[in-house]
Amino acid sequence: MTITEEPLALGSGVTFAQRPLGVLTRPQAQGGWKDWVSTVDHKKIGIMYGVAAMFFFVVGGLEALLIRTQLAFPDQGFISADLYNQIFTMHGVTMVFLFIMPLAAAFANYLIPLQIGARDVAFPRLNALSFWVWLSGAIFLNTSWIVGGGGANCGWFCYSPNSGIVFSPTHGVDFYAVGLLITGIASLVSAVNLIVTCLNMRAPGMDLMRMPVLTWMLLVTQFLLAFALPVITVALLLLLFDRTFDSQFFDPDAGADPLLWQHLFWIFGHPEVYIIILPSFGIISEIIPTFSRKPIFGYTAMVFSGIAIGFMGWGVWAHHMFVSGIGPISVAAFSMATMFIAVPTGVKILNWLTTMWGGKLHFTTAMLFATGTVAMFTIGGLSGVTHSLAPADTQQTDTYYIVAHFHYVIFGGGVLGLFGGAYFWWPKVFGHFLNEKRGKINFWLMLIGFNLTFGPMHVLGLQGMSRRIDTYSAGYGFEFWNLMATIGSYLIAISVVVFFYNVWKSKKEAVDLPPPGPDPWDARSLEWSIPSPTPEHNFDELPQVESFDHWWFQKYDIDDEGKVVRIANTDDVAQDGSATDVHLPSPSYWPLVLAIGLPLIGYGIIFNLWLCVLGGLLTGGAIYAWVLEPVDDPDAGHGHDDHHDEAAELAAVASGAGSDNEGEG
Amino acid sequence: MSTATATADTHHDHDSHATNTGISNNKLAMWLFLSTECLLFGALISTYLLYKTRGNGDVLPTDIFDIPFTSVSSFVLLMSSLTMVLALSAVTRGEMDRGKAWLLVTAMLGGVFIGGQVYEFTSFYREGLGYTTNPAASAFYTLTGFHGVHVSLGILMLMSLWVAAQQGKLTQKNTETVEIVGLYWHFVDIVWIFIFTVIYLIPPA
Repeated sequence: MTITEEPLALGSGVTFAQRPLGVLTRPQAQGGWKDWVSTVDHKKIGIMYGVAAMFFFVVGGLEALLIRTQLAFPDQGFISADLYNQIFTMHGVTMVFLFIMPLAAAFANYLIPLQIGARDVAFPRLNALSFWVWLSGAIFLNTSWIVGGGGANCGWFCYSPNSGIVFSPTHGVDFYAVGLLITGIASLVSAVNLIVTCLNMRAPGMDLMRMPVLTWMLLVTQFLLAFALPVITVALLLLLFDRTFDSQFFDPDAGADPLLWQHLFWIFGHPEVYIIILPSFGIISEIIPTFSRKPIFGYTAMVFSGIAIGFMGWGVWAHHMFVSGIGPISVAAFSMATMFIAVPTGVKILNWLTTMWGGKLHFTTAMLFATGTVAMFTIGGLSGVTHSLAPADTQQTDTYYIVAHFHYVIFGGGVLGLFGGAYFWWPKVFGHFLNEKRGKINFWLMLIGFNLTFGPMHVLGLQGMSRRIDTYSAGYGFEFWNLMATIGSYLIAISVVVFFYNVWKSKKEAVDLPPPGPDPWDARSLEWSIPSPTPEHNFDELPQVESFDHWWFQKYDIDDEGKVVRIANTDDVAQDGSATDVHLPSPSYWPLVLAIGLPLIGYGIIFNLWLCVLGGLLTGGAIYAWVLEPVDDPDAGHGHDDHHDEAAELAAVASGAGSDNEGEG
Repeated sequence: MSTATATADTHHDHDSHATNTGISNNKLAMWLFLSTECLLFGALISTYLLYKTRGNGDVLPTDIFDIPFTSVSSFVLLMSSLTMVLALSAVTRGEMDRGKAWLLVTAMLGGVFIGGQVYEFTSFYREGLGYTTNPAASAFYTLTGFHGVHVSLGILMLMSLWVAAQQGKLTQKNTETVEIVGLYWHFVDIVWIFIFTVIYLIPPA
């Protein structure tokens, strides 16, 4: 794709004798904002995903603080009941769709090509499209605070008929539906792109069963996204049609069945849980071996348990619906399936522990976050098993026990792991370390704050405190634990501030520190064989992979007595990034233009259909410009090559964008 | 350049045969996209099956289906798959004129199907089955409407190919492009076989 040693004879693209139109040239910006908005480099796109995700982490975190401030004491009127509904809804939506998923996408974009020994993803422009479409959807979703009469107020799973026009008369739910449709397009395009990358772009010798566990888990995640998103797309469209065009999908008075929404939502929603957690599992599967000085225990079992989780994740959705009257046989079946899915998860936990067992443990910040992830996820997993017991779940449904459970899984299992990944790969991405001392303060504050926030919710839930209620009365025994949870949430906020301070300060201090070099942690996978920060072309020459942990075996060997012996200095075997004239895909503005069209269509559906025309023209025009822009810019000094097959891209983009157009009817 | 030349053998992954799977990136992406579409139509078909008898006292789609008419338009759509294959076959052999003609015929057959759908929707509406009449009507129009939009996008792609071929931009070298659009087209046809069988032919219980 991008790997050419000389200007190509453009075998599969369209060759233009001259530029068809002045506007259709490939941008050439090097550095500056134009570079960022037109880039198709998977590394820059990964960084942009990370930055934007952290921004929405702050937004969602502030919403969480508002919730906890309201609940600190009984009978408070700090925020109104209606606003409270909007805030907890937008907190959930923001954290799931605008923070964890894009942050995982940041790791996926940055690391998959590096870990499989590729120079970019399979479709660089589609990659840029994913980011911009996601960002436009994220911004669109949050503009409902300003122009939509408030945020969505139906909870992140937005059950019908509560989500209907009768009970949710503001535009909040419309923004929820359209916003998630737009971000869904982004994730779907990204999933197809990254699956093709993993399956097609691996370096010579990089068999599937030699891919690092992180790449494997991200691959499983992309498959889950690819098959889960179409289902929520349908659900959101039905909801939107009900609200906008008066269709009759969820109106019980017209004979419709609101349970349809619950099924469609959770057929997406439960795989979504694994979409959130598997990237983190992958990340800690890289960190723990590195800092235990041992290979990962049971690589094959790690891979297959991840795949098993991916499969079984499709068969457990109705455990979210045990109290909705789905009948004893369904309840029993989904109970069993839910218990079974704990098995592959348990395999993973066992493998992490046995990787650490007998290893020389180095508790760096990244390792602390990784071990914290294992411990916290185990707690969340165990409380999850208690939900699989339907009679117990009947008592727990809609109480704070559920809130405690899913925060232990998603925050404890997901977010802690992603933070660990940030500390681990920071030197690779930015060429300097994050300060370890501040990092450890960051970790301990976050761990203590997290447990103080969500630990008490187990107690509150079992005492019977309902979720989604804006306040509680004194005298039920809720006061103490609620106050503890609020204090904990502020501790988490402080830990996040420490993280941002660490980012800022470490960059300032980095000037006086020696650079980290290609492989500061003495790690195992291919991204550590190239300079830090990663050069634009990734690899000077593609690695010839001979085994799992190929990079490790460049540095070490095992002697006859089974002892590990050093055979080469890292700097001698690492690439120096000196290759020049490696041809990379040309940047493009059209992904951004296309992405701007989609929210316009969204506003059009909600406010004025004429805006749809404008947005549709922008989107459709961008698709054709995308196809027609030269794969090789005639003005460029050398033969850039994007190698896109025009009609295939048209097909991919048109259909991806098409599912949106279809939505707009 | 120097380093790159040294390992030139490994660098030719821009051709389809050099990908790990042996399938080109573009074609693999289309297959993956179509697999996600199965879930999309699966959810829509399930929705219709759940609601097909929920008329709320009003007319149901199953009451007014015109099976002979829809059989004819289904036949037209299926024949367009045949002409798509003929188009691909012609382009593969480099007979661009013939290829263009079959592309055009394929798009026109798709257009006839869409015309039939417009006629069907109009006559159903006149018989009292509006989009908002009842859950069954909403589900029926949404499902078949989605399929219609997919066919329309396919026509757009076929016409784009035709224009590109007319301008000489699409040649024998781009056989795979035609093949990929063909994959999409056949998929849309197969979905219709499901819809026609499950929705139209199987009578309500």
